[in-house]
Amino acid sequence: MTTQTAPAAPPARADDAPQDARPARRAPSGTLVRTLAGVALLALLACLPLLAVHVPGVLPGPTYTPGALQMMALCWLIGALALSYHLLFGVAGLLSFGHALYFAAGVYGLAIVLDTTEIPLLPAAALVLVGGIVLAHVVGAISLRVTGISFAMVTLAFAQAGNVLVRRNPAGATGGEEGLALATAHVPDAFVGVLNTRNLYWLALGVLVVVYLVVLWVERSRAGHVAAATRENEMRVRVIGGRPYLVKLLVFVLAATLATLVGMAYLLLQSGAVPRATSADFTLTLLVMVVLGGVGSRWGAIVGGVLYTILDQRLGTLAGSAAVADLPAVLRVPLSEPLFLLGTLFILVVMFLPGGIAGAASRLAARRRPREDREESRERLEEVA
Amino acid sequence: MSTIVLLLVTGLGLGALYFLVASGLSLIYGLMGVLNFAHGSFLTLGAFGGWFVARTLGADSWGVFALSLLAGAVVGAGAAALTELLLIRPLYERHIEQVLVTVGLSLASVALFEGMWGSDPEFISGPAWLKGTTDLAGAPVPNDRFVAIAAAALVLGAIVLFLQRTRYGLIIRAGVENRSMVTALGIDVRKAFTLVFAVGGAAAGLGGVLASQYFGYVSPHLGGSLLIFAFIVTVIGGLGSLTGAAVASVLVAVLQQFANYYLGYGDLIVVLLLALVLLVRPTGLLGRAAA
Amino acid sequence: MSGSRNGTGGPTPSDDVPVLDVRGLSARIAGQQVVEDVTFSVPSTGVTAVLGRNGVGKTSTLKAVLGLVERRGEVLLAGERVDGERTDRIVRRGVGYVPEDREVFAGLTVAENLRLAERDAHPRRELVAELFPDLVQRAGQRAGTLSGGQQQMVSLARALLNANRLLLVDEPTKGLAPRIVGEVSDALAEAARTVPILLVEQNLEVIERLAERVVVIDAGRVVHTGPARELLDDPARVQQLLGVHAEVDHDTEGAVAR
Repeated sequence: MTTQTAPAAPPARADDAPQDARPARRAPSGTLVRTLAGVALLALLACLPLLAVHVPGVLPGPTYTPGALQMMALCWLIGALALSYHLLFGVAGLLSFGHALYFAAGVYGLAIVLDTTEIPLLPAAALVLVGGIVLAHVVGAISLRVTGISFAMVTLAFAQAGNVLVRRNPAGATGGEEGLALATAHVPDAFVGVLNTRNLYWLALGVLVVVYLVVLWVERSRAGHVAAATRENEMRVRVIGGRPYLVKLLVFVLAATLATLVGMAYLLLQSGAVPRATSADFTLTLLVMVVLGGVGSRWGAIVGGVLYTILDQRLGTLAGSAAVADLPAVLRVPLSEPLFLLGTLFILVVMFLPGGIAGAASRLAARRRPREDREESRERLEEVA
Repeated sequence: MSTIVLLLVTGLGLGALYFLVASGLSLIYGLMGVLNFAHGSFLTLGAFGGWFVARTLGADSWGVFALSLLAGAVVGAGAAALTELLLIRPLYERHIEQVLVTVGLSLASVALFEGMWGSDPEFISGPAWLKGTTDLAGAPVPNDRFVAIAAAALVLGAIVLFLQRTRYGLIIRAGVENRSMVTALGIDVRKAFTLVFAVGGAAAGLGGVLASQYFGYVSPHLGGSLLIFAFIVTVIGGLGSLTGAAVASVLVAVLQQFANYYLGYGDLIVVLLLALVLLVRPTGLLGRAAA
Repeated sequence: MSGSRNGTGGPTPSDDVPVLDVRGLSARIAGQQVVEDVTFSVPSTGVTAVLGRNGVGKTSTLKAVLGLVERRGEVLLAGERVDGERTDRIVRRGVGYVPEDREVFAGLTVAENLRLAERDAHPRRELVAELFPDLVQRAGQRAGTLSGGQQQMVSLARALLNANRLLLVDEPTKGLAPRIVGEVSDALAEAARTVPILLVEQNLEVIERLAERVVVIDAGRVVHTGPARELLDDPARVQQLLGVHAEVDHDTEGAVAR
């Protein structure tokens, strides 16, 4: 016959640690330290072409050599591309299987414009960028009418369409399966030739910085907050008067534009466009990079991109080396395929380390309870719109 | 007229291949909510399994061909069941991670196949009749198309019978509608999950052997190239609907053949058709009913 | 002494272990906390009703007991902890579930719906046929084409086919015509003779007929437990807790005395 009129106070939960003290005290000095560290790191990276740093196994030579610079520049560009995907997937929760389309638009777009017209580099790049924005706007407006798996499939379909278009080589414009070489007639000399790899390295680093700043700005902006809120609970956003569709479209177009930018720099670095950039595989590898690095983490995305590039570029040489060639085929064959390693690593991360590399790192740094953290990472993944 | 007949029949043949892959995809998504990106690899493995049998036992006899079909189905089923047990089951109810794991598997498996068998296609042969053609209303139809169509029809029939007449079939049909209610009836759906993966894998493996006859070769990318079309077919037909997949397979493949012949951009048109259907009817043509 | 362990569900007179014990149950759905902290127990005989306004977390509580939603807290079935188990395992221990909105499988026939639900070696088909003769006639009909009342019968029949130790029944009379409400009520009364029921219900007449105890929930917490009679005889209290007029008309009910 018990009648409890007042709701009982909830029992104290064991993991309700005194949370107030930490963030308030850490915030100002924490961000300052992190910003200073970032700037210092950037300065170091910018100086690498002038130094002779050896990273055996990873870099093909000391850091001032064109080979090493080429590879590092590639790392920065792929990292920037992964970062643009982070904006789409990690921040806005939009699981797109077609992000590589905009990257390819940049690569092929610029290649075609330089090949078929007399327009010099900068105006050509501006033109392609505008083209990328228009493309993203159109595709985004259509794709965002659906959500979740349907959205993912529509984006995949459009990327596939791009792939088909490129491989079919309409009017010989795209070079088909052979790809299209960079027409250097209107490219400034500073970006042409092996000796100028240094400049391309700085270009790539610059692109990474630009992309990073844009992503940071979006995340901190009002639109970014609405996008994140939409990711968690779209209904709630609509109820308070937000416009989820518009915000999602904005983020979509921004992320795509960044990818186009990276694509153009990629063209300059690689001196050519190949259809692989439009393949479904490549599209999926972006997803792999971001999840591997840690969904929701900016530098995690960069790490994922860098890791992928290193594996992709260096594994071939590693496989050819004496140490591996002596291994029995059962071990040698898988070890010489970068995508196999990447795919397996990815599977292991998804199953056992949902926060990715960034999650693992923050756990080590802050020593939070693993179960809590894993649940949070899992919730993050499940918030996909 | 004979062109039209040829396009129609080759379209049906291609549709048969699409259906063999899409049937598994559709059931797996319908029951489990998992979009299985690794499904193409089941096809590729089945194709290589069949090729191995044919190569070892002699490719020209019908008996060996039948055996290679069986081998393809068994290899496909085995690979699929293993995938479900080791990778999907531990991530129970975590759909996004399950999809991610299949993405990782698809990348890793194709790379592994390339490492094992090289990325160049291996040309295959089978019973001589398959390479020949039969005259149908003036059109020379390649005979392997007939086998593909027959196989797909048989598989469709078999799966429908399984769904309608067995207890697991009942569980699967109910689970596609409402998975949580099935568990609330005290049924452990996880066994049904493995079964659905195995059935889908068998169909894909079978499709792999037939695809290798259709295209004339096996390669690590065989599955991947068909998978995208299987996805399109599955989504258009309605994720979870077997008959939807069947209808959409025919529709898409025939459309693709005609478009390719008359316009040259069949692949592109099919892909845009997907976008169109998704925007007009997000649940696909037939929505979510298993059979 | 604590009730039969072989799952036949028949209550023994000296039962003092509640068939269901819920302690500090909380549940989240899509990131929202829908059940905050619920504690109550269900005795091993009779009907215990769960009452509350719309949206307070009654259905979520039932789902949390079965593990159909993400939950924390303790759930004990006849004294054994089950909150770590998967839904199907809990159900196989002898829990029947009649969900809100019936949730019959529309694409399956009535017979298939029932066959799917059979767990025991000897399901009680005769009992079900006796209680729901209409369903026997419609055995081959697709469940999606049944009326709401008929679907409710299917849903109830599913739970009664097996010998359960506990039935969880969620708003069985929702949206049904008064005559059907009576039939559902009759079926539940018959079932309650042999198995305890945890019943979520908004219809106070049904509560009055069937329930011995009530548990009232508000904002995801239990705010009142006690004998049903006591609450229903106090219209002011009912108004306060449930926001409805409690004038249960004893004359028109014509219910069989318990």
